Amino acid sequence: MTATMIRWSRALRLPDAALGLLGLLGLALLWELYKALGPADGWSIGGTRVLPRTTDLAMPHTWDVLIRLGEPLTAAPGAPPLWVAVAQASLFSLGIALAGWAIGVVVGFALAVLMARVRVAENAVLPLVVLSQTVPLIALAPVVRSWGSRIQVAGVTWEAWMSVAVIASYLAFFPVAVGALRGLQSPETLHTELMRAYGTGWWTTLVRLRLPASVPYVLPALRLAAANAVVGTVVAEVSTGLPGGVGRMILEFANFASSDPARPWAPLMGAVALGLLVAGLVGALGLPLARYRRTEVPA
Amino acid sequence: MRRTTRARIAAVGVAAVALTGCTVTDEETPGQDPAPGTTAEADGDLTPVTLQLQWLTQAQFAGYYAALDQGYYAEEGLDVTIVPSGGDIVPQDALANGEVDYAIAWVPKVLGSIEQGAQITNVAQIFERSATLQVAFADSGITTVEDLEGRQIGSWGYGNEWELFAGLNQAGVEDFEIVQQAFDMNALLSGDIDAAQAMTYNEYAQLLEAENPETGELYQPEDFTVIDWNEVGTAMLQDAIWADAERLESDEDYQETTVAFLKASLQGWVFARDNPEQAAEIVTAAGSTLGTSHQLWMTNEVNRLIWPSTTGGIGTVDPAAWDATVAMALETSNETGATIISSEPPENAYTNEFVERALAELEEEGVDVTGEQFEPIEVTLNPGGA
Repeated sequence: MTATMIRWSRALRLPDAALGLLGLLGLALLWELYKALGPADGWSIGGTRVLPRTTDLAMPHTWDVLIRLGEPLTAAPGAPPLWVAVAQASLFSLGIALAGWAIGVVVGFALAVLMARVRVAENAVLPLVVLSQTVPLIALAPVVRSWGSRIQVAGVTWEAWMSVAVIASYLAFFPVAVGALRGLQSPETLHTELMRAYGTGWWTTLVRLRLPASVPYVLPALRLAAANAVVGTVVAEVSTGLPGGVGRMILEFANFASSDPARPWAPLMGAVALGLLVAGLVGALGLPLARYRRTEVPA
Repeated sequence: MRRTTRARIAAVGVAAVALTGCTVTDEETPGQDPAPGTTAEADGDLTPVTLQLQWLTQAQFAGYYAALDQGYYAEEGLDVTIVPSGGDIVPQDALANGEVDYAIAWVPKVLGSIEQGAQITNVAQIFERSATLQVAFADSGITTVEDLEGRQIGSWGYGNEWELFAGLNQAGVEDFEIVQQAFDMNALLSGDIDAAQAMTYNEYAQLLEAENPETGELYQPEDFTVIDWNEVGTAMLQDAIWADAERLESDEDYQETTVAFLKASLQGWVFARDNPEQAAEIVTAAGSTLGTSHQLWMTNEVNRLIWPSTTGGIGTVDPAAWDATVAMALETSNETGATIISSEPPENAYTNEFVERALAELEEEGVDVTGEQFEPIEVTLNPGGA
C-alpha cells in the first residue's frame, strides 16, 4: 500500500508533504462519504455499536469543524479564535511531551546499557520493564502527583506539569529500553570476538561497535517513544487535570458535544498535529546518524 | 568525530525546544494555575494554603475564585492556590494524603472515603441544596421516579449516582437499566437513554444550548421533564469544604487558618451572589473556556443552591440534612447491592465550630450571610453556551 503510494508520488513527482496533504484530504472525503451514505442511526449488533451515527451531532461536517476553528473561543470580548487557543494548548503540551520524551530516552537507554553489561540485570530488570507497561495510567497519575507534591528540594518545587512529564516518560522509556537492548546485542559474535582479540575493554566495544550497531534499532524506538510521550502527555493532562494543555482542552470541550458539536473536534486535531510534529522532530534527529542506518528494522 | 558532534548538536537542539516550549507557554497560557506552593516564598508574610477543587475551573467554584480575585484571602493573611481537578484526582484523597490543605467534595462520596480511613472533616457545607436532576423528553411520559420503571437511565457513576438510587429505592423501582453516561447529553438527544443525569448548573444548560433539529431553534425547557431530587426527598449534601481532621485537632495554627480561609471563602460567595456577572468573568479569566452565557448560567444556578441560606448562615451544616444524607448513605443500595457506608461516620466527620466563628466575624463586619432577599437573575443561554 505505502510502497504503491510512494511509487505514485515518484511518478507524479509529488513531494512528501503533498502526499501527506492528499492523505488528509482522503480521510476528510471518507468521513463525508460515510456521513452522506451511512445509516443515520449507525449500526449496532445486539446493542453494541459497530458504526457511528451520521447525524450532525455525532459527525459534524469537516467544513463545519474548519469554520468553527476560525471562530472565537467564546463570545467574551477579546476571546482568541478557536484555532489560536488550540495551537497554544498544543504548544504547551509539546513542551511537556518533549521533556517526557527526553527523560524516557535517557532512562530507557541507561537501562539498556545496564542490561547489556550485566546479564543478571537483564534477567532481573527486563521482566519489570515489561511489567511496568501493564500498570494502568489511571492508577499511576494520582500516585505520581501525590509523590511530586511532597518533593521540595531547596528552592525547587515540584510543579504540576512535571508530574505529567514523568507520566509521559513512563510510557516513552519502554520502547527505548527494549529497542536499544536489542540493538546493543545485535553485533555478530564474529565482530565481538574480533574486538576481544584486539584486547579492547567492554566500554570501548560499546562505543566502537555496539552503539553504532544499535542505531537501526534505536531510531524506530525513538519514534515510538515520541508517539508514546504525546499520548502519555495528553492522557496524563486529562487524568491530573493540568490546565493549559490539549488534553485538558479535550476534557473541557467534551461538555459541548451536544450544543456545539464541531468544537470538541478542534483539540483532537491539535493532538494529531502535535503527534505529527513530534514524530517529525524525532525523524530529523536521525539525519546526522544516516551513516549507521544501513538496515533499519521495525521495532 | 565530526558526526558525533553533529548528533550532539541535534540532541541539544531538541532539549532546547523542550525547555523553551515549557517556559514560554507557562507564561502565556491563560489560567495556568501554579502548582501547590509555587508562590509561597514570594509573599513571606502570608500563610500558603492550597485548595483542591473536584473538577475543572468553572463557576461551580465561583466563590473561591472571587475571594482570590477580590483579595479576600490576602486580607485574611492567606496566600491561596486553587488546584483544579481532572479525571482521576479524588479531592478527599488528595486532602487525606496531605497534598493540599482543604478540598471541595460531595458529602456522600467523602463518607465512603472516611469509612475507608480518611481523616477529614466537613468544616463548611457550602451548597445547601442538591443540583442533580434526571432529565427526560417531555413526550417520554417520564414525570416521576416511578415512571423510570423499565427504562434506560443514564448516570455518570463514580459516586454521582447515589441520589438516583435513593430515589429508585424509595419508589420501589427495581426493573431498570443503568447506562454509563458521557460528559455530553448526546445519549439523551439521540434517544439511547430515556432519562439523563444532569446538573442544573451545567448539563441542563447544555440541553438548552443545543439546537432542536425539528424547529431549528434551541431546545426550550418545555421540551423536557425534570426529576429534581430536592422535591423527591432524596437529595444529598453536595459541595462542602473539607479539612484535615488530625490537624484540626492538634494544630492551632491550622485552626486559625481554617477560620480565616472559611471567612474569606464565604465572603467570596457573598460577592458571587451580589455580582454574578463579575463573578462569572473572574472564573473565565481564571482559565475556564466555558462560554459567556453558560458561565453566567452556572454562577446563577450555583447561587440558587446556596442562597437564601436557611441554616443560619452560608456554610453552616444543617444537622437534619446531614443525618438524612448519612441515613441514605447507609441504606441506599446500587445495582450491585452495595451501600456507600456500613456504619455511622465518626463524630468528627463534620463540625460547625469553625464556620460559626467565621460567620460571627463576617456579621460583625456587616456582611449579609443569609441572603434572605436573594433573587436569581435571568440568564439567556446562547447556542453552544457562547
